[in-house]
Amino acid sequence: MDFSFIPIILSLKVAFAAVIIVTCISIPLAGLMAKREFLGKDVVESIITLPLVLPPSVIGFMLLFVFGKNGPLGKLLEQWFHTRIVFTLAGAVVAAAVVALPLMYQSVKVAMENVDPNLEKAARTLGAKELRIFITITLPLAWNGIVAGLVLAFARSLGEFGATLMIAGNIPGKTQTMPLAIYFANESGDTGQASILVIIMTVFSFMVIYGLNRWGKKSQHDSRGGGDNA
Amino acid sequence: MLKAHFKKKLPTFDLEANISLNSGILALVGPSGAGKTTILQCIAGLQTPSQGEIKIREKAVYSSEQGINVPIRNRRIGYVFQDYALFPHMTVEKNVMYGIPKKDNISNKVLTVSKVLEMLKIEHLRHRYPNQISGGEKQRVALARALMTEPELLLLDEPLSALDQETRGTLQQELLKLQAQWQIPFILVTHDPQEAEILGDQIIKLDRGRQESIRGGSLKIG
Repeated sequence: MDFSFIPIILSLKVAFAAVIIVTCISIPLAGLMAKREFLGKDVVESIITLPLVLPPSVIGFMLLFVFGKNGPLGKLLEQWFHTRIVFTLAGAVVAAAVVALPLMYQSVKVAMENVDPNLEKAARTLGAKELRIFITITLPLAWNGIVAGLVLAFARSLGEFGATLMIAGNIPGKTQTMPLAIYFANESGDTGQASILVIIMTVFSFMVIYGLNRWGKKSQHDSRGGGDNA
Repeated sequence: MLKAHFKKKLPTFDLEANISLNSGILALVGPSGAGKTTILQCIAGLQTPSQGEIKIREKAVYSSEQGINVPIRNRRIGYVFQDYALFPHMTVEKNVMYGIPKKDNISNKVLTVSKVLEMLKIEHLRHRYPNQISGGEKQRVALARALMTEPELLLLDEPLSALDQETRGTLQQELLKLQAQWQIPFILVTHDPQEAEILGDQIIKLDRGRQESIRGGSLKIG
C-alpha cells in the first residue's frame, strides 16, 4: 500500500489561505455589525450566515455561477489577470473561505458585543478616535472569540467537501484535498488510503473541539474582564 | 465656565436641566432614575439632548439652535464612570496614560504620570491590573486617568457609591482637596444627600427630571 501525503499538504494549504482571507474579512465586518446600526443590517447579517445552513452543493453551484467562464467575476479575472478559479486550488480556497466565514464571523461578533460599552465610552471621553478604540479596546477584549473563531474556521476549511468538489474538481495532486481523497479512495476500493486519512481527520477534529472546550473553561475561570464591571 | 440648559425626552418623563457653574463642586442629588446620569452624559456628549445649549468656557459644545454637537473626544471633559470602566487588559499605568493628549510635547505642561499617580497615592500600583486592586484604588486610578487628559471640567457619576464607609470618608476629603488643587469645576452625581452636603458648593436636587436648587452660593465648609 502506498500512502500519499499530497492531499494532506493540499488541505493544509487551502485551510491556511482560507483562514487568512476569512480573518481579514470577518474582523472589520464583525466590528461594523456589532457596533453600528444601519439600514438593511438584518439582510446583511442573514447573507453572511447563509453558508452555514445552505447545502454545500448550492454554494458550489453559486460559486460556479460567479467564478465560471461566463460568470461576472470569472470573466473579470480571466481578462485582467489571466487567472482562473474554477478547477484550481484557488477555487478550493474560495469554497473553504465561504463556508468558514460565518463561523469566524459569529464568534468574533459575539465576543465584540460582549465588550462592555462603558469601556468604549470611557475611551471616547479620554479623547480616542473610533479606530483607536477598536484596535486598543474592542479587539484585545474580544481576543478569546477571535482565537476560537480562527480555530473553528480552520477546522471547517479543512473539512470542506461539497462546494470544493464542484468548483475545484477532483484533480489528484492539484485540487484533491483530504475529504475528496477519502471519498474517491473509498469509491475505488482503496480503503487503506481512505482509513488513514479518516483517522487523521477525526483525531485532528477531536483535538480542536477538545482544546477549544478546555481553553474556554480556563479563560472563563481566570478572565480578567469580569473584575471591575460586575 | 459651564452653562447648560437643555431638555431631554426620556421614556417616562421629560428631563430639564439648568446648570451654571463657575468653580467648585456641584452635587447633583436625587433618587435613582431621577435623570442624574443622563445630565452628566449629555454634558459629556455620550448622549444628545433633545434641545438646548451647553457652553464650556463660553464655547458652545452643543446647541440645537446652531446645529452644534462637538464630538466627545474634543470636549475636554473628564468623566469618571460609576463602575470606573478601567480597561481590564491594561496595567494601572497604561490606563492612566491612555488619554494623554498627543500634542503634549509641544505644550509646556509639566503634568507627568508619576506626579498624578503620586498625588492620588497609587504609584505602587503602577504595574498591577484592575482586577488586582481594591474598589477604592480603582476609584483613584479612574480619577488619575480622567485628570491626565487635562480636562476643563470633571464629571463624576456616583464615584463613591460602591465603596465601604471608611474608604468613602477618606475619598470624600481627597476629592475636596483634589478639586482645590486642580482648580477645575467638578460635577458630582450622588444619591446620598449627606454626601452632597459634604462635597457640594452648589447642590441641585433632582426628582423625575425636575430640579430644585438647595445650595446655590459660594459658601464652602472646610
